[in-house]
Amino acid sequence: MTAPMTDTPTLELRRASKSFGSVQALADVDFEVRDGEVMALVGDNGAGKSTLIKSVVGIHPFDSGEVLFDGKRVHIHGPKDAARLGIEVVYQDLALCDNLDVVQNMYLGREAHDVLHRLKEPVMEQKTAETLKTLSVTTISSVRQTVATLSGGQRQSVAVARSVMWNSRVVILDEPTAALGVVQTHQVLELVKRLAEQGLAVVIISHNLNDVFEVADRITVLRLGRNVGVYERAKTTQQEIVGAITAGVPTKVAGIAGTGEDVA
Amino acid sequence: MSSPAPAAETTAEPREGAVAIAGAYFERLKAGDVGSLPVIVALVAMTIFFTAKSTIFFTAINFDNLMVQMAGTAVMAIGVVFVLLLGEIDLSIGSVSGVGGVVVAEMQQAGTGHNFGGVTAIILAIVVGALIGALQGTFVAIVGVPSFVVTLAGLLAFEGVILKALGIQGVIGIQSNTVNNVANYFLSDRWGWGIAAAVAAALVATAAGSYITRRRAGVSTGNLTLTVLRVVALSVVVFGVVAICNHSRGVPFAGILVVGLIVFWTYVARRTTFGRHVYAVGGNPEAARRAGINVVRIRILVFMISGAMAALGGVVFAARLSSVDLTAGSGTILLDAISAAVIGGTSLFGGRGFVRSALLGALVIKTIENGLDLLGQTDWVKDVTTGVILLAAVTLDTVSRRRLQASGR
Repeated sequence: MTAPMTDTPTLELRRASKSFGSVQALADVDFEVRDGEVMALVGDNGAGKSTLIKSVVGIHPFDSGEVLFDGKRVHIHGPKDAARLGIEVVYQDLALCDNLDVVQNMYLGREAHDVLHRLKEPVMEQKTAETLKTLSVTTISSVRQTVATLSGGQRQSVAVARSVMWNSRVVILDEPTAALGVVQTHQVLELVKRLAEQGLAVVIISHNLNDVFEVADRITVLRLGRNVGVYERAKTTQQEIVGAITAGVPTKVAGIAGTGEDVA
Repeated sequence: MSSPAPAAETTAEPREGAVAIAGAYFERLKAGDVGSLPVIVALVAMTIFFTAKSTIFFTAINFDNLMVQMAGTAVMAIGVVFVLLLGEIDLSIGSVSGVGGVVVAEMQQAGTGHNFGGVTAIILAIVVGALIGALQGTFVAIVGVPSFVVTLAGLLAFEGVILKALGIQGVIGIQSNTVNNVANYFLSDRWGWGIAAAVAAALVATAAGSYITRRRAGVSTGNLTLTVLRVVALSVVVFGVVAICNHSRGVPFAGILVVGLIVFWTYVARRTTFGRHVYAVGGNPEAARRAGINVVRIRILVFMISGAMAALGGVVFAARLSSVDLTAGSGTILLDAISAAVIGGTSLFGGRGFVRSALLGALVIKTIENGLDLLGQTDWVKDVTTGVILLAAVTLDTVSRRRLQASGR
């Protein structure tokens, strides 16, 4: 690859492969996401979406291929490495503690404390309120509410807000709207758009193409562990994406997918 | 609303007076947290009942007795609270308390190679308890054996250890005054008042300090009326207890020990990262693990706390009798401690509860025992009453948890 055509992708995968025993979960997948864009990752069950995410954050690293962050090759051996680079994942099952309040969940595992490990509650409470405010999450009346009392959409908002609080650069959302009602889905999608507006690189995994077409700038389609193509939302249709997900489009820019302009 | 602090806008409108207090409690109820109100109501009701029925119940002497009677159970129940917060159980604490008693008695024994001073003997007992906890915690956290089974095995094994340690003699007397004083020393009137004043001053200072730092940070300062009421009520209780005790032998050291431990462990549970992680692991272990919390370490440490507190409870029991014998750690000691934590309002399902429930629950259990003794009731009445109250507490816990799941949208 020669010099990038526009800007360098924030996160880029080149010919990434992963197999579990004899099962080839990912084969030579190219993938990228840039600052300020929402990249959707779609595909049928078993297409390799979750594997891709888990490999990116180092839960089970790729067998071969390169991971580039800001154009530089990086090695991610675990979630902590990923977090250090600024890659955050919001998992499908939320990973919130019901018995703790919003502030406590936002800071879970990274509490602000002094040398004696005493918690700095006012600092955490203030920062939480501030973060929710910058993301325009206004439906949560008190940051001292326990998460158990929140609705699904509010919980998802907390989980998303938590991921952006740590100077993160890339936020990966795994099925953020699954199991949400219409209004709540809308709230969460608005939140996803705001993340990109704030300059973050956002990856959203979803089965729901309506949601994908509402928020995504570009769409990467995986099929049976291979990258079928990268589509620009403005220049594609849901039918085309469905076709790619189910049948695949072998002629479509294989090998150079993810290089932006080439795709159009 | 032109609030100086941006944070204020996302927090609920402050309300004043009784409405606010009731409202705040209702919010907590909705979150599945019944708090300490039911058990405090139960305690007041029992006090009124026994005072009406027995002329001896509400006397200074009996009050002193009650405090010493409940001390060992309360200390052990603190460890139980931590284990329950994780959603685990520790059935070995009875035996471990026996081991603690044996260790402290053995280590102060004159004429042996290890007749240490009282303080050293007590510390050794606590260390042994913590090590036992570490061993059991390792099996639970690393190997993954259910805590119920690990600690059931511990219950049996350490009972055997007690039998072996006491040998054919079957009893060790405690000569060390330091050890015996744990349960038998009473503070002078002046010291009692001094401590009460210090506690009240600390309450005021803590509340004021928290108010000021929160205000400075521009976050919600909570309900001021409620805070003031709480500080005043607690101070009244503290001074009241000292006043009553001073009519008899004075404030028992065991009472000071229990209160000191409750304050210390409450601080650890609510104000440190460790405590926060205990609640997190109890609430959702997977979420805690993904958030980077070392779940294994937390689990092992909690079982160490449980073992250490059980051993210290055993020291209190041994000190009260000035000896240990083959009955050490047996009988209702285990079930009293677990019941105390649960009756006090700590959930069996993990993640919900307070260290103070150890004290409140121990008070309930020992008040029943003490009161029914004074009324000349036999053991079966005490057992049935305690059983009914335990069932009521667990039912309350289960129902509030179910309500929570039903309302969780």
